Amino acid sequence: MTLSVAFAHDFDGFDVDVAFEAPAGITVLFGRSGAGKSTIVDAVAGLLRPREGRIASQDWVLFDSAEGQWTPPHKRRLGYIFQDARLFPHLSVRQNLAYGQWFAPKSAPREDMDRIVEMLGIGHLLRRRPAALSGGEKQRVAIGRALLAGPKLILADEPLAALDEQRKAEILPYFERMRDEVSVPILYVSHAAAEVARIATTIVALDGGRVTRQGPAADVLSDPAVTPLGVRSAGAMVEARVKEHHNDGLSTLEAEGASLLLPRVSQAPGTPLRVWIEAQDVMLATERPQGISALNILEVTVRELRLGAGPGAMVQLSFGNALILARVTRRSAQALALAPGRQVFAVLKAVSVARDAIGELPRKPV
Amino acid sequence: MTDWLGPEEWRAVALSLKVSFWATLLSLPLGLWVAYLLARREFPGKQIVNGLVHLPLILPPVVTGYLLLTTFGTQGPIGGFLESFGVVFAFRWTGAALAAAVMAFPLMVRAIRLSIEAVDPKLEQAAGTLGASRVWVFLTITLPLILPGIIAGAILAFAKAMGEFGATITFVSNIPGQTQTVPSAIYAFLQVPGGEASAWRLVIVSVVVAMSALLLSEWLARRAAAKVGGI
Repeated sequence: MTLSVAFAHDFDGFDVDVAFEAPAGITVLFGRSGAGKSTIVDAVAGLLRPREGRIASQDWVLFDSAEGQWTPPHKRRLGYIFQDARLFPHLSVRQNLAYGQWFAPKSAPREDMDRIVEMLGIGHLLRRRPAALSGGEKQRVAIGRALLAGPKLILADEPLAALDEQRKAEILPYFERMRDEVSVPILYVSHAAAEVARIATTIVALDGGRVTRQGPAADVLSDPAVTPLGVRSAGAMVEARVKEHHNDGLSTLEAEGASLLLPRVSQAPGTPLRVWIEAQDVMLATERPQGISALNILEVTVRELRLGAGPGAMVQLSFGNALILARVTRRSAQALALAPGRQVFAVLKAVSVARDAIGELPRKPV
Repeated sequence: MTDWLGPEEWRAVALSLKVSFWATLLSLPLGLWVAYLLARREFPGKQIVNGLVHLPLILPPVVTGYLLLTTFGTQGPIGGFLESFGVVFAFRWTGAALAAAVMAFPLMVRAIRLSIEAVDPKLEQAAGTLGASRVWVFLTITLPLILPGIIAGAILAFAKAMGEFGATITFVSNIPGQTQTVPSAIYAFLQVPGGEASAWRLVIVSVVVAMSALLLSEWLARRAAAKVGGI
């Protein structure tokens, strides 16, 4: 199922005019705050009625200004995962999980409570009240509650933003599983690049209330022209496969014939992964560096060079079919005579890739 | 207790309890509705409704009583209309209950309204996205969460109704066994020589009822809050 969203809405001094498609898997609405992400989620959830447009999936119409159609929020069959879990404090975890099932029509696909509880690892919490849960546990229950409502669409509005790094790392794998195991489209709002790189199937980059780019995650992220969060957090995603683990805390991953030494991952050899590499962690050299502490030196080809307004330049590099970005100064770009087609060496420190920047590759949609 | 209180005193106590019970019970649904409107809805004239609800709190009770007499008396526009259906307020215990309800209404609405305002609207929104209609959201989320406030409001209103004097005596007078509530009876006993002993017994009853109501509401509210808070 694919959700088509196209609408325009005006606020005081700000207007949103967007059109995009959200296929199965996780479609991340990506951009800085004020880009219009929450407006889109509100419009899809029915908490905001846009001036004009259409939000629908084939004959399932949530909003159509031309036809005068408007489905109220409680009839939209959504699973909305909020930033602040919003569990009902007077109900037990089990009752919270079952809340949406209560209102789901008989025809709705029934998710099996036991399966979801198992998937989220919340079996031991069922009899507790939300007040007795940690932040990460609350968010897991909130995910379960959304899934069990038998939704036709899942909305997640920065579901990890309120959690610390450790809790984020605890929840992210559940979104990866959700992406691969749930057949309905998931709209996911985020402004954290590493998080997006890990879970996104499709990315809709937003800026100033407009869609600046949309497409498969790897394509959008490695485009040097698209930096929804600014150049400092730009980066690219590389698909790799676990090759072997070492006993000094590192793992070797293989990507497009090249080896990457990275902090140890938990997945077994052979597991396909995606690795988020930040542009500012990549250094360039025209000759193979010697006597350098960085463990990864890749032979790459410059594909595109994009000079910024400031002192920086964004360089898109390729090795095999993989694309990465490097952020260097314009001065260096000139000194190294970087230009499309030129062969250079990209240097990447193993420790600069954070553990939570490595996630499992989405299974190909069936 | 019937032995300790004289028949006239006992009648006053029984009447007060009956009047307060019905005044509280029947005004509760309306109080809940008005509190919800004031807390959660925007509509033209909201401030006027708010003012009207609070008016009995600020007006001299005798004024409220007189206004009730002119509207709900047998000659009054509403009283005359209701009389044709056999509902009479003037100089009946039902009138005392009406006066008590009107006087206690602001306290009840205030307590419930505060508790509704304390419920995070985001929870109600979340319930809505999970498929609950507005009515279901109210019944399954809002209502359980504001139960402590409803209990507190009802008990406060009951205690206020037990003590209502000015509006009651103006509206329905002071007829023993008919409209003579505890405060009216105390007042009446104080007007006759040798009535102090009876007055004192009713004073004690008043203090005990008021105190018990306060303690009970505290206890119930705390119990309900603990249940909601998951402790």
